[in-house]
Amino acid sequence: MSKVILEMRSITKEFPGVKALDNVNLKVEEGEIHALIGENGAGKSTLMNVLSGTYPYGSYSGEIYYNGKLCKFKNQRDSEAVGIVIIHQELALIPLLSIGENMFLGNEIKNKFGCIDWNKTYYEAERHMQQVGLNESAQTLVKDIGTGKQQLVEIAKAFSKDVKLLILDEPTSSLNDEDAKMLLDLLIEFKKNGLTSIIITHKLNEIIYCADKATIIRDGSTIETLVKGVDEFSEDRIIKGMVGRSMEDRYPHREHNVSSEVSLEVRNWTVHHPLYSERVVDDNISFCVHKGEVVGFSGLQGAGRTELAMSIFGHSYGTGISGEVYINGKKVNLKSPEDAIHHKLAYITEDRKTNGLILDESIRFNTTLARIDKVCHNGIIDRDKEVKVAEDIKEEMGTKTPTIEQHVGNLSGGNQQKALLGKWIFTEPDILIMDEPTRGIDVGAKYEIYCLINDMVSRGKSVVMISSELPELLGMCDRIYVMNEGHLLAEVNAADATQESIMGYIIRDTANNNAGTSAASAAKV
Amino acid sequence: MKSTNTLKRNYSTSLFEFLRKYTMIIALVVVFVLFAVLTDGRLIYAQNMSNLMLQNGYVLVMACGMLLCILTGGNIDLSIGSVICMVGGMAAVMITDMSMNPILTIVICLVAGLLVGVWQGYWIGYVRIPPFITTLGGMFIFRGLGRLVLDNQTVAVQNSTFLNIFTAYINIPGLDDGETVYSALIVGIIAAIFVVVNTAKNRRERSKKGYRQNSAVSDYLKAGVIAALILYYCYLLSQYRGISVMLVWVVAICLIYNFITAKTAFGRYFYAVGGNEKATKLSGINTNKVYFLAYANMGLLAGLCGLLNAARVGSVNGNTGTSFEMDAIGACFIGGASAYGGSGTVGGVVIGALLLGVINMGMSILGIGDSWQYVVKGGVLLVAVIFDVVTSRKSGKG
Repeated sequence: MSKVILEMRSITKEFPGVKALDNVNLKVEEGEIHALIGENGAGKSTLMNVLSGTYPYGSYSGEIYYNGKLCKFKNQRDSEAVGIVIIHQELALIPLLSIGENMFLGNEIKNKFGCIDWNKTYYEAERHMQQVGLNESAQTLVKDIGTGKQQLVEIAKAFSKDVKLLILDEPTSSLNDEDAKMLLDLLIEFKKNGLTSIIITHKLNEIIYCADKATIIRDGSTIETLVKGVDEFSEDRIIKGMVGRSMEDRYPHREHNVSSEVSLEVRNWTVHHPLYSERVVDDNISFCVHKGEVVGFSGLQGAGRTELAMSIFGHSYGTGISGEVYINGKKVNLKSPEDAIHHKLAYITEDRKTNGLILDESIRFNTTLARIDKVCHNGIIDRDKEVKVAEDIKEEMGTKTPTIEQHVGNLSGGNQQKALLGKWIFTEPDILIMDEPTRGIDVGAKYEIYCLINDMVSRGKSVVMISSELPELLGMCDRIYVMNEGHLLAEVNAADATQESIMGYIIRDTANNNAGTSAASAAKV
Repeated sequence: MKSTNTLKRNYSTSLFEFLRKYTMIIALVVVFVLFAVLTDGRLIYAQNMSNLMLQNGYVLVMACGMLLCILTGGNIDLSIGSVICMVGGMAAVMITDMSMNPILTIVICLVAGLLVGVWQGYWIGYVRIPPFITTLGGMFIFRGLGRLVLDNQTVAVQNSTFLNIFTAYINIPGLDDGETVYSALIVGIIAAIFVVVNTAKNRRERSKKGYRQNSAVSDYLKAGVIAALILYYCYLLSQYRGISVMLVWVVAICLIYNFITAKTAFGRYFYAVGGNEKATKLSGINTNKVYFLAYANMGLLAGLCGLLNAARVGSVNGNTGTSFEMDAIGACFIGGASAYGGSGTVGGVVIGALLLGVINMGMSILGIGDSWQYVVKGGVLLVAVIFDVVTSRKSGKG
């Protein structure tokens, strides 16, 4: 039995009007990977903010014991001093500074004159980068490395602070499957050296893969702690704990009624990068979608799926776009999002905060934005009508909010996603392109969004679904296109496909491409 | 026990919300009463109250245009003062030196203002040159052009047709011959009745369609206060020369821009762009055009201000309009427009401009010099914005 490194006892934290944490207990043993799971808003992040001192001692009730000693952290610096480091969900790196500068930001290594000792900074940075297997120069700017590597920089930064207990808040939410696996393997590696980690994640397969224990939080209280090897440690078991009910079927049943009529067809679509116009992002891609069909697009990040969707949606991405788009058999030229909307196309972005919603405006404002003319007479907004349609859409989507005048920025992730979906339903689209429609939202809200998708296709609409979660694609789609590095690799029937078969296409293609490039560079030499 | 507690909390939050919502109105009333007392009531002499609107008329007109620019993302237009100088100079030279037809002059000058706006709007909207830099360039260019037009002279504007269009007092023969100008009273009564009737009509329509509405007390109280203020102001005007054409211009511009920003789809685009430009663009709105129109419109209004100012002052020189844009920017921010764009109303801007105007006038009456007026103006701007930022953080928005 190893030593208990951290114990949180009866933690209660109240915000005005809400009890975010109610008598939460958490026990973490040295050298384990402890997963913290719960729906959005269950209180996981609040608990970690209490632990790291973001919410100072005194603002909550209960006790924190670290290595057997009672802790009274006043701020994050106090907790870091004893070796507790938290890596937040949104990466806190500054893109235009180098890796080394980022790692020692606020913690600079100084020489005896009080100036920054750059040689030592970069030496130390690279030493810690090697620990996490990051082979880059410490002088590389953060903006020039991918998100996977940026996550590694965050971990290297934690090592530079002499971390004993590492807390990762959704570390893989912005990573593709390959990078995510690498990160988890790294954590398992560190575990052997005695590092304790707490990992917050929505991806249950990752928990099964790497965690030793899983504590489930629901509505601000701890429900149970499952131990690998002792308790049943499966996805279904965890989901049952999270939602308080067992979820027999994670994907709602749908009658497959695919019409033979093609609603959207794209031929020979090629897109170039907006800044580096010689770089091809999507190369000669052709696909089609039928009425009443859900078509999936699978691939790793950087496969060109979002770029494909956005360039079709009124040239919202890229330059040097060529190819043809047919809607209901008629060739169309969609030069702006406005054209696309008028042809009953909707693009529901993967990034609802930056590309989808106006956070400082109400649900009503956001709902009518894309087709404000529907509630206007001669350019004058009929406020009463607007309120009514926004209420109707809110009901239809099942958005949980006291009033449609609520700013969308104040809603939870799942409700924001519903507000975004509602905005596009209001445009009465026939073809919906949904880019990562369930990213960062909890299991319950996911299910509701799946139901909405099924409802749309049962009414003869078409849905294009871009997703990085293979089970979701397999569970929801009729057909799946597989993309990699800007190419369309394969088209498979969802009924016949498995996660392994789809990943197989991608991995073989990546390997081939790499072999090709190294052969080419060898030939050059 | 518990319910009284929540009741108390509800009461205090609603009081807090009330204070937050009407902060600037309360501030305006407090400052107004303060100066009225300090000046022994001289502030509310009919003549002073009439001049308050006329002196600040150009600020209100500029601020309406500036609000649209600020809404798009906290973008400002630094060139207004220079445009006022250039357009005013053109008007003065055309009328006085070239003896041109005043109507034709006005049309040409307004077109010139619009062209200035189109020029800046093109660079800002379609080429995406930062507004600060584009209009800083404009500030120098149009100041220089203005001086060239004026040939570095002060040119007087005395054509009576021109002055009548902008500054005359409305005087109906037979009705307004005596001490009291009855036309002002009549206009006031009509406007007050309109406000009350309009409120009643809106309420009836809403209840007919079954929409939610505010309590009758608060709706009618609001209408009553507004109607009373209009009546009182018009009474004061009737005691001093009546309604000025300048006032008609200013009120009309404010009403038009209030309508545009609050009620039209076109107006809503400014809020959308300021709130999140990418999302707005993906919603099928041409965001380049929104920027373009904000600055094109600003040019047109700056041109109008050039004419109003030339008529009111009666002459134009190379320094006319210097730092006028700052008054407009100040009025917008005091009136609650966000420095990041996406929020602000014409009503707020009017209150911001009046607050600055009352402070200026009150201090002038008290004989406090220009220098102190600057200090107080700057202080008020800073306090207003600090208050806004702090309270919105408290209510959990920021």
